[in-house]
Amino acid sequence: MADTASSYVQIDGVGKVYPSPRGDVVALQDINLDIASGEFVSIVGPSGCGKSTLLKCLAGLEPISSGSAVVAGKHLAGPPDSLGMVFQRDVLLDWRTILDNVLLQAEFLRLRRSDLKGRAAQLLQRFGLGGYEERYPWELSGGMRQRASICRALLCDPELLLMDEPFGALDAMTRDDLNLELTRIWQGSAKTVLFITHSITEAVYLSDRVVMMSRGPGRIVDVIDIDLPRPRPLAIRESAEFGAYTQRIRHHFAELGILKE
Amino acid sequence: MNGLKRLLYGESRTRDVLLVLISVVILWEAAVAIFKPPVIFLPPPSAIWTEFASTPGIFIRHMGYTLGTTALAFFLSVVLGVILAVGIVQSKFLERTVYTLLVALNSVPKVALAPLFVIWLGVGMEPKIAVAIMLAIFPIVIDTVLGLRSVDPDMINLARAGRASRLQMLLKIQFPNALPSLFAGMKVAVSFALVGAIVGEFVAGGNGLGFLVLVAQGQFDTTRVFVSLVLLGLMGTVLFYAVDFAERLMLPWHVSQRGGGSPVEAGG
Repeated sequence: MADTASSYVQIDGVGKVYPSPRGDVVALQDINLDIASGEFVSIVGPSGCGKSTLLKCLAGLEPISSGSAVVAGKHLAGPPDSLGMVFQRDVLLDWRTILDNVLLQAEFLRLRRSDLKGRAAQLLQRFGLGGYEERYPWELSGGMRQRASICRALLCDPELLLMDEPFGALDAMTRDDLNLELTRIWQGSAKTVLFITHSITEAVYLSDRVVMMSRGPGRIVDVIDIDLPRPRPLAIRESAEFGAYTQRIRHHFAELGILKE
Repeated sequence: MNGLKRLLYGESRTRDVLLVLISVVILWEAAVAIFKPPVIFLPPPSAIWTEFASTPGIFIRHMGYTLGTTALAFFLSVVLGVILAVGIVQSKFLERTVYTLLVALNSVPKVALAPLFVIWLGVGMEPKIAVAIMLAIFPIVIDTVLGLRSVDPDMINLARAGRASRLQMLLKIQFPNALPSLFAGMKVAVSFALVGAIVGEFVAGGNGLGFLVLVAQGQFDTTRVFVSLVLLGLMGTVLFYAVDFAERLMLPWHVSQRGGGSPVEAGG
């Protein structure tokens, strides 16, 4: 477990309850998780385990019902200062070119576009979208669109990156490609990443730690340190150590009755 | 020759429309020649053209008046309608009051209110504009409210997480998102504005194609009625396609505008 003093994110006994006329729905119960600065943490779990809710709470989009959440030394009250978000769908704005989509965050923060244009173009170049700056989102493939949405999240060089199943809608090869690109970007940056996925393989491949969540109510059932060397080639997924991690997680889910073999 | 060939064999919407129109005119002319109904009942197209050609200035002047009324009323409807829609979406109070009131008002046959506007505003252009706005503003408000509300929730989340202000959210996310709906409303509204203008002219005043129809009908001058009707039809069509054209210019990104085979290009 990471040392609390250097933790970028500290989640202490966080609960989230949605009141409803047919009784309250407990989406999150007693979540405790510390994420060190610069750490890459993934959350895996079945649908309805509250992993997206946890992410929304950390993004300041949903108030927490109980417990405390501290990001960058500040108690959560609204979105944290240095945040980038990526969703499962790219949510690019159809009426803006790719470059203008990437620059959206700069406009929200009232930064000068001209100051960030170079950086935006550089990011696009790095994600293989050089030459597509003036294209519209509908002219691009799903993978390219998601790349653009990652560029958008990275524009202002955020300290915290929250990613909600960003590659869930992509085909396997594009997904591999983006896994590689994401780790490359992250390794040179000291960013703290919280990454949600359905894929155990993806979670193990990307992460320093994998958080396993279960549903009814949403809670953390295990946290597993992934002690694999970096940089990790894609082929590491065929290694015995890698297999041991995925097996352990799969086995644990099976014990909980979530995965049936 | 090439142009004729393209007109006859090309993939052209304009060609199809022209073909149907010309056929109708020929059939009409032939039917009148064969069955010889009294002119007061149904004049032939040739007589309608002759009537127009004898005093084109009068028709064009009245058409200009109706066009001016319609265009001004349409413009005001768009401005007021969008302002109202933004207010309704931003404020629960306005939604409960103004929106409810608008819906209630829409179920009143507004044509029946036209005489009231004459009492309030006189016989000039004002009551006509008022009736036209009454008719045209409703589709604008309804469609714009719908467009402003139907934003992808993740898009809202993205903007909130990026600490967008309420104004930025409105201007950069909600409003562009509502533009296709606004244009859908505008296409309905432009025809409604024309209807409103004509109704206004029916009720009072001495100008416009509506007035011309009323006077000609009083004199049993059916040919003159038909000239006015043809001009009205032309005006309505041109106004509709003007909005359609503006939409193409402003929304090249929208699903309905993508791809090669848009009617305007094909019609060329």
